[in-house]
Amino acid sequence: MNRWLFALPIAAFLVLAAVFGIGLTKDPSVIPSQLIDRPLPAFDLPGLSADAPGFGSKDLTGKPLLLNVFASWCAACPQEHPMLTKIAREGVPVYGLAWKDQPADSAKWLSEWGNPYTKVASDPAARTGIDLGVTGVPETFVVDKRGRVRYKQIGPIDEVVWTTILKPMLAKLEAEA
Amino acid sequence: MNRFLLATLLAIAVPAHAVLPSEQLADPALEARAREISKELRCVVCQNQSIDDSDAPLAADLRVIVREQLRLGKTDAQAKEYLVTRYGSYVLLRPPFRYDTWLLWLGPFAVLLAGAGLVIAWLRARRGVAETPALTPQEQARLDALTKD
Repeated sequence: MNRWLFALPIAAFLVLAAVFGIGLTKDPSVIPSQLIDRPLPAFDLPGLSADAPGFGSKDLTGKPLLLNVFASWCAACPQEHPMLTKIAREGVPVYGLAWKDQPADSAKWLSEWGNPYTKVASDPAARTGIDLGVTGVPETFVVDKRGRVRYKQIGPIDEVVWTTILKPMLAKLEAEA
Repeated sequence: MNRFLLATLLAIAVPAHAVLPSEQLADPALEARAREISKELRCVVCQNQSIDDSDAPLAADLRVIVREQLRLGKTDAQAKEYLVTRYGSYVLLRPPFRYDTWLLWLGPFAVLLAGAGLVIAWLRARRGVAETPALTPQEQARLDALTKD
């Protein structure tokens, strides 16, 4: 037994190195959503202006859709914007939640960059976003036909996220009863 | 003199906190409870700070929510639970003991026990060396022969 004792620290080191190695591949800023497979929290929010009505959680049923959280102050949102425009053109309903943002600022941002959203709801008080467990912008929820959250994308949607995760998932949800 | 001044200043200095006067509750007892709860809740933006320490706008929103819950007459546990249902047990700076956290809580003790086991094994092995049986007469004779010159 003593002859093998020398191997113990080496084995311990290898195990630790493996654990930390796996840890390094994980993004600590990604906080798992508590809403997966659960219905959206109830909300009913106004739009950005009187002639642009908002939406409520009840409106987000019937068809798989994306609920995108954005803000005019968000640095990564312009980066994501062309992808959202493309996704909306492919016929996917994309609802926008303007989080911690004054409606006038959100409206100005959308007039500058273009508005890919089916509808936009304004959440300047941040409460709906907090109910959704939003930690930052942009974040995007995949909502199924029954209004349940099925996936949360943290950070901007890029080509890879769209083609490998979101698009196949929406197709699968479309096929669900 | 300067040294005295410095010591005095250091003695009366208190750590700066992120809580803004506008967020504070009028009731000092309730405010004190809110501060204690906030220290236990992780800011989800700057993840190694509590919401009590963080200047992030979202941390301020969460502090206000904690105070709101207390004003509604909720207990400390209920106020924390409000945020846990939204952000997960991740927001608790002191993680609960659960099926997915047992390694976190028990791991250090397991390592300590393993270390103690090793030390005991090593001590035993050493005592074994000390208790080497005495030389047989033949061996003694050979040793004497070898060391004679």
